[in-house]
Amino acid sequence: MEFAELIKTPRVDGVVLHRPFMPTVEGTLCLTGHHLILSSRQDNTEELWLLHANIDSTEKRFVGSLGTIIVKCKDLRVIQLDIPGMEECLNIASSIEALSTLDSVSLMYPFFYRPLFEVIEDGWQSFAPEESFRDLESMTDEWRLSEVNKDFSVCPSYPSLLTVPKDIDDESLCKAASFRHGGRFPVLSYYHKKNGMVMMRAAQPLTGTNGRRCKEDEKLINATLCAGKRGYIIDTRTIAVAQQAKARGGGFEQEANYPQWRRIHKAIERSNVLQDSLIKLVEACNDQSHSMDRWLSKLEASNWQSNVKEILTTACLAAQCIDREGASVLVHGTEGTDSTLQVTSLAQIILDPACRTIRGFEALIEREWLQAGHPFHQRCAQSAYSNGKPRSEAPVFLLFLDCVWQILRQFPCSFQFNENLLIMLFEHAYTSQFGTFLGNCVAERGKLQLSQKTVSLWSWVNRPQELERFLNPLYEPNNLVIWPSVAPQSLLLWEGVFLRWNRSTKCLDEAYQEMVHIIEYNKELQNKVNSLRRQLAQLETEDKMVADLK
Amino acid sequence: MEHIRTPKVEQVKLLDRFSNKSVIGTLHLTATHLIFVESNSTSAQEIWILHHHIASVEKLSLTTSGCPLLIQCRNFRLVHFVIPRERDCHDIYSSLLRLLRPVSYDELYAFSYNPKQNDQQREEGWQLIDLAAEFERMGVPCDQWQLTDVNREYKRLPPNICIGLVKSVVPHLLCFYNVLRGGKRLYLFVSCLQAAVCRCSQPLSGFSARCLEDEHMLQAISKANHNSRYVYVMDTRPKLNALANRAAGKGYENEDNYSNIRFQFVGIENIHVMRGSLQKLLEVVGTRSLSMTDYLVGLENSGWLRHIKAIMDAAIFLAKAVTVEGASVLVHCSDGWDRTAQVCALGSLLMDPYYRTIKGFMVLIEKDWISFGHKFADRCDQLDPDPKEVSPIFTQFLECVWQLTEQFPQAFEFSEWFLIQIHEHVHSCQFGNFLGNSQRQREVLQLKERTYSLWAHLLSEKQNYLNPVYSPSFAESHPVLEPSTQACHFKFWRNMYHQYDRSMHPRQSILKQVLTFKESNRELEGTVQALKTKLQKFGVSTSPLKPQTPPRERSLPPRPQSLILGAPLLSRKEVQQEEDEEVFGEEAREDAPASTDGERTVEGSSATENGYGELTGSFGSKNEPAVVTLEFGVARMTC
Repeated sequence: MEFAELIKTPRVDGVVLHRPFMPTVEGTLCLTGHHLILSSRQDNTEELWLLHANIDSTEKRFVGSLGTIIVKCKDLRVIQLDIPGMEECLNIASSIEALSTLDSVSLMYPFFYRPLFEVIEDGWQSFAPEESFRDLESMTDEWRLSEVNKDFSVCPSYPSLLTVPKDIDDESLCKAASFRHGGRFPVLSYYHKKNGMVMMRAAQPLTGTNGRRCKEDEKLINATLCAGKRGYIIDTRTIAVAQQAKARGGGFEQEANYPQWRRIHKAIERSNVLQDSLIKLVEACNDQSHSMDRWLSKLEASNWQSNVKEILTTACLAAQCIDREGASVLVHGTEGTDSTLQVTSLAQIILDPACRTIRGFEALIEREWLQAGHPFHQRCAQSAYSNGKPRSEAPVFLLFLDCVWQILRQFPCSFQFNENLLIMLFEHAYTSQFGTFLGNCVAERGKLQLSQKTVSLWSWVNRPQELERFLNPLYEPNNLVIWPSVAPQSLLLWEGVFLRWNRSTKCLDEAYQEMVHIIEYNKELQNKVNSLRRQLAQLETEDKMVADLK
Repeated sequence: MEHIRTPKVEQVKLLDRFSNKSVIGTLHLTATHLIFVESNSTSAQEIWILHHHIASVEKLSLTTSGCPLLIQCRNFRLVHFVIPRERDCHDIYSSLLRLLRPVSYDELYAFSYNPKQNDQQREEGWQLIDLAAEFERMGVPCDQWQLTDVNREYKRLPPNICIGLVKSVVPHLLCFYNVLRGGKRLYLFVSCLQAAVCRCSQPLSGFSARCLEDEHMLQAISKANHNSRYVYVMDTRPKLNALANRAAGKGYENEDNYSNIRFQFVGIENIHVMRGSLQKLLEVVGTRSLSMTDYLVGLENSGWLRHIKAIMDAAIFLAKAVTVEGASVLVHCSDGWDRTAQVCALGSLLMDPYYRTIKGFMVLIEKDWISFGHKFADRCDQLDPDPKEVSPIFTQFLECVWQLTEQFPQAFEFSEWFLIQIHEHVHSCQFGNFLGNSQRQREVLQLKERTYSLWAHLLSEKQNYLNPVYSPSFAESHPVLEPSTQACHFKFWRNMYHQYDRSMHPRQSILKQVLTFKESNRELEGTVQALKTKLQKFGVSTSPLKPQTPPRERSLPPRPQSLILGAPLLSRKEVQQEEDEEVFGEEAREDAPASTDGERTVEGSSATENGYGELTGSFGSKNEPAVVTLEFGVARMTC
């Protein structure tokens, strides 16, 4: 298919662009296969360069022959284009509509994007499972790397290499897989070096109404317990939801069959509820006419902050079981691809200082989200402005980022990265020129040949020029477990994302710059003192030598 | 001392407000403080509570472990003791009841507090803030305004209402003064446009009364300003309240009688509504295991942020009228000492960068709050109070300033700790500044001779209150602050209302960190200079270091030891370190870096303290010592 077929009017002059907190720009609007471009054709004037894929929804309005298109983006920005001429406006609107809702993945921009920078380190190769297994091997010999899922037949959403207990053979794994939703049998998620406890993740067991059991599954997870020790199963659903799941063939681990495990139910919402929550939150944030009462009640009604609190609490609970109770943990919800990953990845940020570095955080996202089979393509197809019927869209990843931001706010000196990295990841998860977040699982990405046909986000982020923007000047590495507060008073609305386009950040940015300046000046002074000391010491020894000679 | 029956009780348990944690210690009762000293000798935490800070003491019903005593403080601290013997508990309780209700001013702490200063130092402390100089700074007197001492004897104005007219400043027209206005107080702010902000109380207009002198006076205010043909009159009350006042012979200006005014209601609620609002807010945020829904609904129902926004809106209206239209504004409410003080002070802060400095902020409080007679004694419950007079009016003002510091991080020379510290001392009665209800009362009490000034104390530890990212040049680019008043930009001030609930706080403070860097920069600059001087002796010339900050005094003031009396900024960390065995402060990290894979958490935050969820049925295996589970309070149930 040619993109040109979809572009009815490629160019319109005299278009006026309105954006909140920015001066209006008048210029020429151009449509290309992947971009909407507005150029004033003057130097020094900022141009709009918007990916069609970033457009969540559009609205048209007409006053006489002047048409107005309101473009609502997946990064939550809302812009307005005034287009002279009714026909032009209609054409542009329908072209944008068509181009922003292309179904085929292979028509996406990442397949057409050619980097303007030199790829020094190929991000597709940066985080191989073998590498993280090598780290594990240096700490314990109780685990092995299994190739049972080599052709993705055991579990389509798992990667080909999986870390499993050494004593469990591939045959048992297959049997355990047949007992878990989507074949997602329990695999290692995190090894806590301090006390050797582990966190595993899986999907729900398929007990059904008649209480089916699977010896291999029981053996598999029991193999992770030390003699005489017990563990916790954290089910991210309430007991009622878990009970209902039985009717559809799912269920939860029965105490009788898993006597060494204690089950704890938490209440993390399912994805369709989360999408609704996001839509309501963004609507509340964008309406600026609110009285205080209305704002607070709409914020409350969106339930977004409640979701943040629930997810963070569950992650802290998992971390607490591992670090404080000295117990191993298995986390699962229904499919094991959403709330499960939120919990396991956040728990690692709390427990493992390595995950708080830029590199470690990237590895975490690669491991716990991309390779673990979070369906990014489905979840991030639409954002808060989608007016169509939601299919399987949900801000699962955004909620995870929000929780990370909350921890970052509470421990501003413990992270190597700053808020910008989190916002950047949010943007790229929804639309990107890079292939990293395309597809739903490793198998799909392989089929799409992403690593050959597209550029990895990590190739770009990890360039020193880019990294600078994401560095936290306050970072002081520490090897500690960081326990965030989950009291509602301690959890804030993530303004950097949700109020990003509704406020002027000039004063805040300048203050941040001043802080960076103070810290850099400190380093500079320290270097200066050191070099002066050296110089002085040298002179003093020389002086002494001269004196001795005399 | 005669009220203290039991000066010391041992084996007292202190319960944490939000978790199941508790510590054992000894309770001491002194003439001025209630002191709790933790028994654990290695990490002895101390809590000092000034009697004046205690708002209420409650004896709860007896439990198996002892008699619980719940103490609520005006600085939002809440402590929960369990005293083993009921008799002791009762003694402490009845002593406190007496001690926290001083019957005369002489019993207040300020009259016994002695920071080891001589009389001259004391006097200098009181001279730090000079209002005459402040009016001079504003450009008064000038051709349009003059100073008057009409209220010299505090007589002109009805004694029951008139309290704190600044002696020297009233427009010359005041000689036409008539008692029509219930204690009309005026002051002015002269902007570059010659517009003035005046304040007063409501007119005694009733349904039809009028006063020609008052009308003349407003006309004179109008004429004094050539930029605008009219004067804004802001009635900061809701219209309904103002209407109700008419029945009592009071009310508001009739626009027909005052030809040159533009009248406007602003709608800030009265002291009773504000008192109720804060009470509701504190109830909500004091709830254990509070859910997000209850928190947000509670925040909304308390109306607290709505009131804060209303005050801010009014101040912005005032600032706009003066700076954009160049009009003079007359602000009043009912009595002219609560809402009026809030709006005038906040408006001044928005318009004049001077008030955003540490010294300027002190001047602002001295001028708009203290000298114009905000009834601190009544509002802050200093002496044998009437509960109906207590209201967090000044607290709201401080919070509005905090909201501004959040929006304009570089505009203020001080950080939020400065605001919190002022709030602390408004209630502490440790210094003389805020005692009494009016200037007149303060003179009768001879405060300047018998007590010390808070401002001198705060200035002596100025380093603790500096905002590290403050930029003096910000004032040039933003002479007038134009804050956003969108509802979503108003936040709950956690560091004020949860000042003492450390489980709520961010575990690492950016403010503290950047302040440390800034101090370190100053020291390093000194070191560089010293090294260079030494090098010069060897005949080496070095390029001069470009000074990035003007060199200031390098020695730091002594750091206060106590959490309550001292600056929370630095002592908080110390206390925290003592509080939790597992604490791992920042200094410690430097000593023992990378190898710390032990059970250490940043600044003592621990899992149980946060209450992520009850691990009901934790089952530590039998062969493992039960220390962990017991210590973290989760061994209460068995599987």
